[in-house]
Amino acid sequence: MKQIISVFTFSAILFTACTGSSNKTDEQTAANMDMQHAEEGQLHENGEAMHQHDQEMGNAMEHDMDSTMIIVQDSKSTALVLDAYLKIKNALVEDDDKAAARAGKDLVNAFDNIDESSVSPEKMGELKDIVDDARENADHISESQGNIEHQREHFDMLSTDVNDMISIAGADRSLYRIFCPMYNNHEGAYWLSESRDIKNPFFGSKMSDCGEVSSKIVVE
Amino acid sequence: MRRLRVIALIAIIVVAGIQFIPFKRNVSKEIPSSDFILHYDPTEEVSDVLKTSCYNCHSNNTIYPWYSKIQPIGLYLEGHIDKGKENLNFSEFGTYSARRQKNKLTSMIDQIKEDRMPLPAYTFIHHDAKLSVEDKKEVTGFLESLKDSISFN
Repeated sequence: MKQIISVFTFSAILFTACTGSSNKTDEQTAANMDMQHAEEGQLHENGEAMHQHDQEMGNAMEHDMDSTMIIVQDSKSTALVLDAYLKIKNALVEDDDKAAARAGKDLVNAFDNIDESSVSPEKMGELKDIVDDARENADHISESQGNIEHQREHFDMLSTDVNDMISIAGADRSLYRIFCPMYNNHEGAYWLSESRDIKNPFFGSKMSDCGEVSSKIVVE
Repeated sequence: MRRLRVIALIAIIVVAGIQFIPFKRNVSKEIPSSDFILHYDPTEEVSDVLKTSCYNCHSNNTIYPWYSKIQPIGLYLEGHIDKGKENLNFSEFGTYSARRQKNKLTSMIDQIKEDRMPLPAYTFIHHDAKLSVEDKKEVTGFLESLKDSISFN
């Protein structure tokens, strides 16, 4: 019993970890109190609390399952771009500006593999805009070794570009689009990941578990 | 001792010599229709700030200081201007894609708010280019509203 409750307490803390507001401590205190009650054997009260937690957890999981599914066409042409993009993402998760800069350089080169004329004529112009913008962002990341916050600013814009790019040019793998509500002074930002595990590239080790899956991108 | 004199003499000749090499100047007589101020018509205050604090390195028209005619100082300035224009050129802003415009506005706002731009080395010499708290508020307010008005997709 105690173990179960600790798990819920832990998850309650996890849930609040992202909000970063003052009610964080309140909720944590409440969760701690639940545990105390359990230790005192007040099962009735605690049972109710647990029921509530149960529902919250259930909702959260449902929400996760319900995250929108986005289907993109199967294409090998974006594979190298995605490899390099994910390498940058993982470097930023690890707070490694040098590795991010190296991967940024790979990404600049990888964009040469995107053939803009391979998509429908009405999408061609848009794809070109996306690739030009993304290449510039990758270039900034590669040149900003020693300034990881600047790399992250460009990674934010780059993530939008890569997301929009695969919606036109396709992908060779499933991806998750994850939302961090806190980045950009709480304006929020998205990133793409190869897995649904939350490892935040915008904050790195400072707040690695901030974020939630907003959609799953599936290859047709 | 004699060798030193020779070295000094050569240095003088080289420095004197490079004064005569013609270097390109970032000056254009025309203001294109893609120019940021012309295109978006901000208030006079905002236009003045942009012209004084940004346009010298981020447009096709630099108002050069007298010492820019002395080499290698002029060369050093030219390098800065090239890099500045590559990242953001107000003269060509209207030709950027909506995506790039929006991203540039985001970067401008961040850099102004965090005092990363104009460069400290620039405001050290050009005191009038330093942005006051009001200047920053005025300019970023305008850039924010412009950013919100641009959408792509």
